[in-house]
Amino acid sequence: MSSSINISQVDRIYTDTDGKTVQALKNVDLDIRAGEFISLIGPSGCGKTTLLRLIAGLDKPQSGTLSIDGRRITGVDPERGYVFQQGSLFPWLDIEHNIAYGLRARGQLKQKKAGISEYISMVGLDGFEKSYPHQISGGMAQRVAIARALINEPKALLLDEPMGALDSFTRADLQDKLLELWKGKGTTMILVTHDIDEAIYLSDRIVIMTPRPGKISRVIEVDLPRPRHRGGVEFLAMRKEILELFELAQAQPQPEYNI
Amino acid sequence: MNTATVKLSAPVKESSHERTKAVWNYKNNAYLLLKILLTVSGFIVAIAVNIFFPQKAAVEIKDYVLNIFGLNISLTMNDAYIFLLAALAVFYLAAGLRSWGDKDSRKKYSKNAAFRFALGIALAVWDIGGTKLQLFAQPFFPGPAQVAEAYLADGEYVLQNTLYSLRLYAAGFSCGVLLGVGTGILIGWFPKVYYWVFPILKITGVVPAVAWMPFALTLLPNSFTAAVFLIVICAWFQIAFLTAQGIQSTPKQSYEAARILGSNSADLIFHVAIPHAMPDIFTGITSANAMAFTTLVMSEMLGQPGGLGYYINQSKVWSAYYKVLAAIVIMAVLFSLINHIIGRIQKHTLRWQEGVVKK
Repeated sequence: MSSSINISQVDRIYTDTDGKTVQALKNVDLDIRAGEFISLIGPSGCGKTTLLRLIAGLDKPQSGTLSIDGRRITGVDPERGYVFQQGSLFPWLDIEHNIAYGLRARGQLKQKKAGISEYISMVGLDGFEKSYPHQISGGMAQRVAIARALINEPKALLLDEPMGALDSFTRADLQDKLLELWKGKGTTMILVTHDIDEAIYLSDRIVIMTPRPGKISRVIEVDLPRPRHRGGVEFLAMRKEILELFELAQAQPQPEYNI
Repeated sequence: MNTATVKLSAPVKESSHERTKAVWNYKNNAYLLLKILLTVSGFIVAIAVNIFFPQKAAVEIKDYVLNIFGLNISLTMNDAYIFLLAALAVFYLAAGLRSWGDKDSRKKYSKNAAFRFALGIALAVWDIGGTKLQLFAQPFFPGPAQVAEAYLADGEYVLQNTLYSLRLYAAGFSCGVLLGVGTGILIGWFPKVYYWVFPILKITGVVPAVAWMPFALTLLPNSFTAAVFLIVICAWFQIAFLTAQGIQSTPKQSYEAARILGSNSADLIFHVAIPHAMPDIFTGITSANAMAFTTLVMSEMLGQPGGLGYYINQSKVWSAYYKVLAAIVIMAVLFSLINHIIGRIQKHTLRWQEGVVKK
C-alpha cells in the first residue's frame, strides 16, 4: 500500500511580523514514486520541513499544486502519516492509548483493538503499554510516534527529522527499525534530515535542497545494494560527492607516506 | 616480566559490621512501637489532666442525658471530652498497627508521631488554662471540655446546621464548577466568545461574590437559591479563567498531530485541549474551593435561616463562645475533608503527571 506524490511549481512565501517576506520554497518540482524511500536534505532554512508540511496538508502553497495518486492535496488526511521531530506524544495518554489514538479518532477502535499490541511489538515496546511518555526515553518516544502514525495504515509516511534529537547509537538502531518497517509495509517514505549518512543509508533517492530561496538543487539516485554498509567504499564516495555539493568537503592533503 | 597486582579487597570488617548493626528508623519494629506509644501518650496525658487536675475555677458541670439506641446515658462535658480523646487515642493506635505491614505508611506514621504527641499536650495545656484554672480571658477562650459541651447541649441542632451548610456548598460549588469549566472551554476555544465574554469575566470576576448579596436576596425566590447563586459566581470566575488559560496554552503541534491522526474539531476539544487544560482546571477548582467556603460562611452569617455561619452568629448573640468554637472545629474538619476529596480526585485524574511535577 503506497502512493505516488506529485509536486509541481510550488511556491511558499512567509511574511514575518515586520512585514518582511521570506521565500521558503521557489518553483519546486518533484515526483515521488510509490513505495519509494526518499530523503530531503539540506542546511537549515532550505525549506525541507516546509515542503514536508505542504505534502502533509498542514500548510498550503501560494502557487503550484501537490497531489497524491492524482488527487489534489487540500488538507490533512490520515493516509499521510506524520512523525514530528520530538515531543508530539500526548503526555496525558499512556503508550498504548497514544498508539491507539488514530483508531479512536477515526472510530475504528472496536474493530482493530486486537491490532494495537501488534504495533506495540512492531516497534519493540512490549511491557511499556501502561507507561506515560515522560517515563520513556527519547528513542522510545520516537518509536511510539512512528507506531502511532503506522496504525492508521498510511500510504505515505512523512518523517520530519525524527532522529534529530537522538544520540548516534539510538539513531542507528531506529534507522534499522525504520528500514525493516518500510520493507514490511511498502509505504512511501519521505524523510527530512540534515544527516548525510542517514540519507544515504536509508534512501532510494536523495533530494538536495539549498536555501534563500528554498529550492531543489539536485536529486541523487542511491543505487547501492541493501543492506548498506556505512563504512563501505561506495558509501563513502557518495558521502563525499554530497558534501562537495554543499561545498563542505575539504580538499584532502596528499598522504606523505604509505603504510 | 613484571605483573602488577592490584588489591581489590573490600573492607570486609566494616561491611559485616554494617550488616549486623540494627537500623534505627521506621523500618525497625521497636522504633515504630515507640512512635505509636508516643502518639497515644499525648492523648493519655490530656485524659489524665482532665481527670486528675483539680477543678479550681467555678465552672458549672451539668449532666446531659442522651438517648443512644434506646439507652439513657448521663454524660458530663468532661465525660464527652474524655470520650473524644479516648476515641482519638484508639484511632491512632489502630492506625499505627495498621501501618505495620506497609513501608510507606510506617514512614508517614513515624513522621507524624511528634506532631500528634504535641497535639495531645496542647489539649492538656488548653484544658488547664481554659476550664481548670480559667487563666485565659473568659468567656472568649473556653476549655476543650466546654467546646465538647456544645455538642452535648446542641448536638442535633449543630448536625442540622452542618447538613444545611453541606447542602448549600454542594449545590453551589458543583454548579460553579460545571459553569466555570463550560464557559472556560468556550472562551478558550472560540475567539468570538473570548472577545465578548472574557472582558465581562475579567471585570466582574474581581468583585467579591458577597457584594452581590443585596441583589441576590431581592431577585431570587428564596435565601437558599440566593446563597447558591453567590457561591456559583465566586467559583465560576476562578475556574473559567484558568480553564480558558489551559485551553489556550495547548501547543499547536498537539493539534497538528491529532488532526493528522484523524481528529475532527470536536475531537480536538475533548481529546486534546481539555486533557491539556486539566492541570489548570484543577488549579482553578482548588482555589475556587477556598473562596467558596468563605462565601458560604459569609452568606450564612448575613442572611440564611441555617448553616454553620448562622449557628456562629446566633451563638455570638448569647456570648456562647464555646459554641462558636464548636462550629469552627466542625468547619475545620469538614472543609479539610472536602479538600482531601478534591485532592484525591485531582491526583487520580492527573496521574500522568506523577514524576513530572514536583509535589
